[in-house]
Amino acid sequence: MTAFTVLIWATTYAQGALALAGFLALIRILIGPRAQDRVLAVDAFYIIAMLLFIVTGIKFGTPFFFEAALVIGICGFVGTVALAKFLLRGEVIE
Amino acid sequence: MTALEAMPLWLALPVAALLVVGSTLAFLGALGLVRLTSFYERIHAPTLGTSWGAAAILLASLLSYSWLQDRVILHEIVIGVFVMITTPVTLMVLGAAALKRDREEGDATVPPREAASGHEPDHVETQ
Repeated sequence: MTAFTVLIWATTYAQGALALAGFLALIRILIGPRAQDRVLAVDAFYIIAMLLFIVTGIKFGTPFFFEAALVIGICGFVGTVALAKFLLRGEVIE
Repeated sequence: MTALEAMPLWLALPVAALLVVGSTLAFLGALGLVRLTSFYERIHAPTLGTSWGAAAILLASLLSYSWLQDRVILHEIVIGVFVMITTPVTLMVLGAAALKRDREEGDATVPPREAASGHEPDHVETQ
């Protein structure tokens, strides 16, 4: 059991678990039942996608996935807060 | 993928353990999101992934890149701090929105407005 084998198994497991987690969040987006459930699931989904990018970056050893993860994090936060604000007040910018 | 081949075992083991722990927590959070029955229970589930799920994976990334580039890399802390600050903000706004929507529809499972203190976020509708 070399270090490389350990890392490959760990990154593959992490990718599989995160992909499955994204799939479960997608199920919650689809079945709802209400708007706030879908917004919550979108919030969970972008975090999971961000983590999946970081794990892929570790696996391939390139720093390029980090910037993608940062952008996903920022855009996801703005999007979720805008959606929650819309649910709260009926409009995003007053 | 060749970059990881030279990593020593003493570093590979904590990186692998952090990856497994973080991704498992994120998966359990998503499982809770599907399995729990009410919105107010479900709103707690994804925080597993955003607290130690994100922290463990970012820590693994930090260790791995610090070794790979032969210097201390702290970029990942930016994402980590950002996620830890923004998640409570998002979920509080979302919870307030859900509570307001449920009360407006006369949902009997949420506490009525009279029972709540004056600091509840739905007092904004009188503004």
